[in-house]
Amino acid sequence: MKFEYLEHTADVKFRAYGKTLDEAFGNAALALTPLLTEDSVERVTKREISVSASNKEALLYDFLEELVVLQDTDGFLVAGVDSVEIKDREKGFSLQAVVWFDHAKRYETHGDLKSVTYHEMVIEESADGCMVQVVIDV
Amino acid sequence: MKIEKKSDVMFVVEKEGNMRVPVKVFANDLIFEKLKEDRCLQQGINVATLPGILGWSVMMPDAHQGYGFSIGGVAAMDAENGVLSPGGVGFDVNCGVRLLTTNLEMEEVKEKIRPLLDALFAAVPTGVGCSSQIKLTHDALDEVLVDGAQWAVKKGYGVEDDFVHCESEGKIPNAVSGLVSPRAKKRGKDQLGTLGAGNHFLEIQVVDEIVDEEKAKVFGISHKGQVVVMIHCGSRGLGHQVCSDFIRKIEEAYPDIVAGLPDKDLVYAPIGSRVATEYFGAMCAAANFAFANRHIIGHWTRGVFKDFFPESELRTVYDVAHNIAKLEEHEIEGVKRKVYVHRKGATRAFGPGSEGLPADYTAVGQPIILPGSMGTASWLLVGTETSMAQSYGSTAHGAGRVMSRSAAKRLFKGEEVKAELEKKGIIVKAASWKGICEEAPGVYKDVDAVVEVSHKAGIGKKVARLRPLGVIKG
Repeated sequence: MKFEYLEHTADVKFRAYGKTLDEAFGNAALALTPLLTEDSVERVTKREISVSASNKEALLYDFLEELVVLQDTDGFLVAGVDSVEIKDREKGFSLQAVVWFDHAKRYETHGDLKSVTYHEMVIEESADGCMVQVVIDV
Repeated sequence: MKIEKKSDVMFVVEKEGNMRVPVKVFANDLIFEKLKEDRCLQQGINVATLPGILGWSVMMPDAHQGYGFSIGGVAAMDAENGVLSPGGVGFDVNCGVRLLTTNLEMEEVKEKIRPLLDALFAAVPTGVGCSSQIKLTHDALDEVLVDGAQWAVKKGYGVEDDFVHCESEGKIPNAVSGLVSPRAKKRGKDQLGTLGAGNHFLEIQVVDEIVDEEKAKVFGISHKGQVVVMIHCGSRGLGHQVCSDFIRKIEEAYPDIVAGLPDKDLVYAPIGSRVATEYFGAMCAAANFAFANRHIIGHWTRGVFKDFFPESELRTVYDVAHNIAKLEEHEIEGVKRKVYVHRKGATRAFGPGSEGLPADYTAVGQPIILPGSMGTASWLLVGTETSMAQSYGSTAHGAGRVMSRSAAKRLFKGEEVKAELEKKGIIVKAASWKGICEEAPGVYKDVDAVVEVSHKAGIGKKVARLRPLGVIKG
């Protein structure tokens, strides 16, 4: 399973999984799209996303926020993730990702992603795999 | 946790542990039981621990779990020794409601409801990635952020009477456009005059019941069957980004504060600190964007009505913020004090004679607009002396969700919700039918029950009940 949605009264909570943290972050990006459309979104436009932050929670927040911002500025829905690479830097972490999008106009959409939140954010890493949990304000 | 039932509509959680003040909950037995089911009450208690909080941490009958603060929470922070918390305002800064009256009758509007909704849907951009026909330059956006709805009137959208009948006259003076980040501006620059999506809507409603005829008349509502229009939306991506930016900035500036918090979204900065001052300036700017947004949607709605009913007159009753922090003066334990009142999912409910009300409303008090869910009633209430004394001049903001979106999807089908509403005479025009089930009437608390608590507690008294005829959803 790449991701699953959990119960949350007012907003949306999901968990995304991966063998590595890179993969779990990538699957978290994919979890955003079904919140806006039930259609299958085509890979039309490719963008490179780079963020850096002092800790992993902030890195996840910033990565997903880039995608939320693109929804407003370019009307983009996430179509797929080619790669995510998280690097441990001297003063924190950096992330580089290659993400595919298409314009929301081409799909039947509903709802809105307002913001990523820190609420109930969890990042778990182990030898067996990784999990990230995020609440999105919708 | 020691809970005392003070009346049929008020519970108090006594001060204990690191709480600085008690929690006051406006609720009946049923609502209070429901409210204990998620983390909502704990969030009200967490707010009671914040430095500089005065009096009580207040929770409204529509309270439900938020992030940091609960939704439906009110807190007054000492203007000298208190704190400002972006989570106490919410991501959608100045999400709010505007109500306009018309001189039209239900029957004549019902005849044309479908084409009227189609025309409104075409005139007011809705949904994900929608952009406005107004393309703001950098300078013009800065003017909107400073002048709010008053900017719009200067540019020929709407009339002065619209912003006169608006909380803070549609322009909060503390706004500083330069404190809004380039990213927030980028998100907002093509979104002025757009509805957005989710729980936001534009509704054509009809007056269903008048409870207080005298006050209804002052607000422009004269009889059952009169058609009114309600607009529910906020500051769009611009406001969301302002909140997000400052949660991060405060986190960086005060790592020690964050480390000691039960919930990171409760993050705050001491009033007087640079980051708190900057947050307040940026948040007020986002609030002005929201006032301008609803104002312009109101203007376009007026234009569409003119096309269908050339004799129609749409007049703004009032425009209220549901997510905001404001510098106000309140009497606390017999002393007048300056406080930053955080209202997150709560409505200002100023009583008669309060400062800042339009001249024609000063004698009766401030109109309060409470939207219900898509298929249920909305309410017009009025602020009271009691709300000034009991809840920092505040009351509830709506129905309040009780069911998650995923549960709604399992329980309801969009087409069925649509058919059910049409049976009740409510026509819905939406970008997506699949999305409608998430906003089905069953996912919200009973708005009448919420209003009943407000009315009985005296913090917002009933004036008129409004029921939907036609709905536009993003």
